[in-house]
Amino acid sequence: MKKKTSEKLVFSFLKAVAAMIVVVVVGLVGYILVNGLPVLSFKFLTKPPSNGMLAGGISSAIAGTLMIMILTMVFAIPIGVGAAIFLSEYTDKVDPRIIRMVRLSINNLAGVPSIVYGLLGLGLFVLFMGFRFSVLSASLTLSFLTLPVIIAASEEALRNVPMAYREASLALGATKWETTRNVVIPTALPGIMTACILGLSRAAGETAPLLMTGAAYYIPRFSGSIFKQFMALSTHIFFMSTQSPNPSLTRPIQYGTIAVLLIIVLSMNFAAIIIRSRYRRRFR
Amino acid sequence: MITTLDTPVLSRVTDKISFKDFNLWYGDNHVLKDINVRIKSNIVTAFMGPSGCGKSTLLRSIDRMNDIIPICRIEGDIVIDDVNIYDEDVDVYELRKRIGMVFQKPNPFPMSIYDNIAYGPKLHNMGKGEELDRIVETSLRGAALWDEVKDRLHESAFSLSGGQQQRLCIARALSINPEIILMDEPCSALDPIATIKIEALMRELKEKYTVVLVTHNLQQAARVSEMTAFMYLGEIIEFGSTRDIFENPQNELTENYITGKFG
Repeated sequence: MKKKTSEKLVFSFLKAVAAMIVVVVVGLVGYILVNGLPVLSFKFLTKPPSNGMLAGGISSAIAGTLMIMILTMVFAIPIGVGAAIFLSEYTDKVDPRIIRMVRLSINNLAGVPSIVYGLLGLGLFVLFMGFRFSVLSASLTLSFLTLPVIIAASEEALRNVPMAYREASLALGATKWETTRNVVIPTALPGIMTACILGLSRAAGETAPLLMTGAAYYIPRFSGSIFKQFMALSTHIFFMSTQSPNPSLTRPIQYGTIAVLLIIVLSMNFAAIIIRSRYRRRFR
Repeated sequence: MITTLDTPVLSRVTDKISFKDFNLWYGDNHVLKDINVRIKSNIVTAFMGPSGCGKSTLLRSIDRMNDIIPICRIEGDIVIDDVNIYDEDVDVYELRKRIGMVFQKPNPFPMSIYDNIAYGPKLHNMGKGEELDRIVETSLRGAALWDEVKDRLHESAFSLSGGQQQRLCIARALSINPEIILMDEPCSALDPIATIKIEALMRELKEKYTVVLVTHNLQQAARVSEMTAFMYLGEIIEFGSTRDIFENPQNELTENYITGKFG
């Protein structure tokens, strides 16, 4: 009897905890969408800020965020996926101490606070390499930040490819690289894509690193150049809510901007979920 | 070790693969001990024995698949057509192209039926377009699968049944036009009907290829092979014509295994 009661108690507690997570997520997203969606209009999405940042749209911030994400993708995916392929396929002939060091670095990289990446970007790209405050500096910094996510998740996807596929290919006289290229990578591709999307969606919302590498308070029109400063959605929200001459007047703009950012990030995560579930089905 | 080669069926065949004082270790584990065996062409040679006796390792030594295991170390020679395949100037990829391998569990690639077969030929630039189509058809016919799949070549290989998948893997092994076919317990994951089909296929394959079969199924060895080796704890205990091994085993261990006293 007593055992049964405690069992019930634990179960209801766990159920309540799980429910709380859902409530928090739904509440947060719902609150933002309820307040943000009415603000969204064609004009809001396609016009730059106006009237001393108290009115107008967020087109330059959207353009900046998209450009940074594309560039981050260009830098981070080849390096991240390359490292993952190395770690998953090519470690057997390398000194295990080196591999341990690489893994340790990646794990530590994942735990570094984003503001530290910002400082690294400021010191390395902005000042030392002379890229100044620019889209380029910001993208390079964000690629560093996304690398651990991309490497870890891609490696996982590659490791999940059954050894039997590799053996079948090698037994047909394929080299290791032919096997990796023709069998292992295509099989792991959905997983690798998921990894890249999750990494990028993390980068999309980052604020601190952008503040230190080139985010501007106001740019009338997005320059399109990767060597110029930029506006981004995340930093726009930060500026509007803390640096604006009249934060309460810009509240609708803040809600609208957050809604746009959230929609971008959530739809990326959703895409990742869809790709992953298809991938699972393929492995029976 | 007793070798009996004077049975009539064996007279037209020649030595294809010779193990000479072959030893293999995984780390400190001595897996194959002083293997001396001559495998003949155009017959089925079966290696049987209890799990862990080293028969799969022996099979994988023939196409050097053990190379991919870093802790693997070998001594001695395996000679195929007068060339020691462990010589330094042997191109392991060329070697594997001459040898088709069929694994324990059907392991088709996650591709279409057609692409599974075309994979090897494409790798070795054996043809494209119609030429490739012809290789695919010949290979599938060789594995007695053509009639079942000819209308669905571009469907996923996973849409096939287990037995069909294994015949697809045999067709894939045939696609690179090998001289030797290695089969590592090819029926252990299959039902009896599928097993019968694969065994019938083995009898056909030996007309053109040297077939080496690893099995822990005694009846299978008896049904399809001309020569049988019994392995135990990394050693070849007895090797001879299948009839001799089953009807008149010379070694007590072999006899105990065949009569089911252990295994």
